[in-house]
Amino acid sequence: MTLSEGTPGTTLRIRSIGDSELKSRLMTMGLIPGTPVTVLRSAPLGDPMAIRVRSYNLALRRDDAGRIEVEPAA
Amino acid sequence: MSTMAVALTGNPNVGKSTIFNELTGARQKIGNWPGVTVDKKVGYIRHQNRAISVVDLPGTYSVNARSPEEKIVIDYLLNNKVDMVVDVVDSSNLDRNLYLTVQLLEKGISLLIDLNMKDEAERRGLKIDTRRLEDAIGMPVVETVGHSKASREKLLDVFTSTVMLNYEPSPRLQAHIDAVKEIEASGRPAEEIEEELVARRYALIDSIVAEAVTSTALGQTTSEKIDAVLANGWTAIPIFIAMVYVMFQITFEWIGQPMADALGDYIGGDFKDMVAAQLEAWAVEEWMQSLILDGVVDGVGGVLTFVPLIFVLFFCLSFLDGTGYMARVAFITDPIMRRAGLSGKGIMPLMMGFGCAVPAIMGARALDSEKDRLTSILVTPFLTCGAKLPIMALFAAMFFPENAGNVVFGMYFLGIAMAIVAAKLLSGTVFQGEPSTFLLELPPYRMPDMKTVLLETWDKGKGYMIKAGTIIFAACVFIWFLGHFNFSGMAEMEESFLASMGAAMASLFTFHGFATWEAGASVIAGILAKESVVSTMGILYGAGELSTEADEIAETASALAKTGMAASFTTLSAFAFMVFSQLYTPCATALGTIKKEAGSWKWTAFSAVYMFAIAWVVSLLVYQGGRLLGF
Repeated sequence: MTLSEGTPGTTLRIRSIGDSELKSRLMTMGLIPGTPVTVLRSAPLGDPMAIRVRSYNLALRRDDAGRIEVEPAA
Repeated sequence: MSTMAVALTGNPNVGKSTIFNELTGARQKIGNWPGVTVDKKVGYIRHQNRAISVVDLPGTYSVNARSPEEKIVIDYLLNNKVDMVVDVVDSSNLDRNLYLTVQLLEKGISLLIDLNMKDEAERRGLKIDTRRLEDAIGMPVVETVGHSKASREKLLDVFTSTVMLNYEPSPRLQAHIDAVKEIEASGRPAEEIEEELVARRYALIDSIVAEAVTSTALGQTTSEKIDAVLANGWTAIPIFIAMVYVMFQITFEWIGQPMADALGDYIGGDFKDMVAAQLEAWAVEEWMQSLILDGVVDGVGGVLTFVPLIFVLFFCLSFLDGTGYMARVAFITDPIMRRAGLSGKGIMPLMMGFGCAVPAIMGARALDSEKDRLTSILVTPFLTCGAKLPIMALFAAMFFPENAGNVVFGMYFLGIAMAIVAAKLLSGTVFQGEPSTFLLELPPYRMPDMKTVLLETWDKGKGYMIKAGTIIFAACVFIWFLGHFNFSGMAEMEESFLASMGAAMASLFTFHGFATWEAGASVIAGILAKESVVSTMGILYGAGELSTEADEIAETASALAKTGMAASFTTLSAFAFMVFSQLYTPCATALGTIKKEAGSWKWTAFSAVYMFAIAWVVSLLVYQGGRLLGF
């Protein structure tokens, strides 16, 4: 599954970042394979979404989140 | 002893600028918009008889030298002799912050690690063992809490007592650095190398954090509870609109405007009388008196009255910025802004355009891509600013007395629609292929540091006074000259250069229905300042001095209705004139600001020309279309 499919409150583990404009920025900010991320919420209009990663909160667009492969954290 | 050189570096939103302000008391910019400190700021202090200079480097997450900010940081640190590099780190978010630390150490830069916001980390159940951290990395560590006197003294003591030469990376870090060097020299594909390096850095960081930080389970943080209201569901958008409304009320009703009016009354009243009396007493030539009073005092005075508005508006924005709310605004509005080829970060600068394009253009500085900044700068002046409102209100009252409110609202709507269309056109043509990206940290809500908010407000306000003031001063003298002279010397305004230029300008409007020299001259005056459109018409149609205050617009309208003005426009041509005024070339102050912010005459000229062209075309379509429809 991809990060954009995560429902608020669930914690997921990153499998791969996928190719995108943002790839190296995402990795630099600590989103690398194995990192757990918690889906916090969607913006009121459905996009972008907010996630919690490495004890800070990050907003990203669903399109970009859709390129990030994740798996359940458990 | 020579001056000690200190450089501050660190991630965005870690309180680095607050520490800088606390240390030096210097004037500079801080906020919760990631990457806002693009200018280089230097401050000077004396501590224990030692002169210290402090440079505040832009906040960055890494030093890959991809963005201008990252380039500034790494170039500065590698090419300057810096006695102490202070790496300001958010204690409550250690792992991501240490990424920059590790990267800098790889480049051979020794660091003092400043664990800032220690209090916030404790509130979140985090305990950092500074000794262990020091041992694990090999660099000195100090703890601070942002804006506090004690932290300031502590830092300064560390600056003067620590000798960085005594420190070197721990064996574990040295091993990491050696491994990095090897991977970099391996000749594998660049992308593969980067992925491996990032993974290695975070593996190292995770092992250090696991040793040095103990974390007690924490529930939902305060920030997340606030976000559940401010950035969530059906409450977010009404609250955002209410915030903007209150900010505009504070600026244009409650605090800013009354101050501006008082200042305007003083400059135009007592002050002008005083200058007039003095000039009379010195028996100054009459033309010189007119230049000083009607040109300089009226013109520059008109600009000065904007100063309180700018200061109040920037205070509000800096304050909101400092709380962390601005990042939420970007989060909420991104889908709307994206449709116009912009990103959510652009909403606030754009909203400010309804007050005045000048702060709006300056506010675009907070946007992170060059494309977003330029687009925002180029489309903002389409909006109905406070100075265009009198034109709209006056024409609506004169020519559409039954529907004045709706017509003015229509003009606001036209401005917004045009800004969106222009943004779309620009991103599809001039800036084609440069995608607007959106990746934004949502920092924790914080009480802003008032010292920083005030310094930032002052900094922006001062910039406006200096830059706009010099340009306006020159423009005022120029327009006064045009309005009072022709080739045979001093002349009445009807026979002045301004009138001839107005007539020439009017020829452009032959098919727009308002090809009178009075309208042409007003259009020229409007390039100086939009308020001048109405006041110039007043003078040219012989109605004398007219008020452009919103609450006196009805009187102005009835005064003008008695002149030839009513007869020189039809309802349709008046409407076409309103459309033109709404959209054409920004005022001189705004153009001066565009020059400063876009940093090029090319974009300044482009802005002046393309807006004139769009206004000309749209106004023509409105007039000819209206005629076809039988208006």
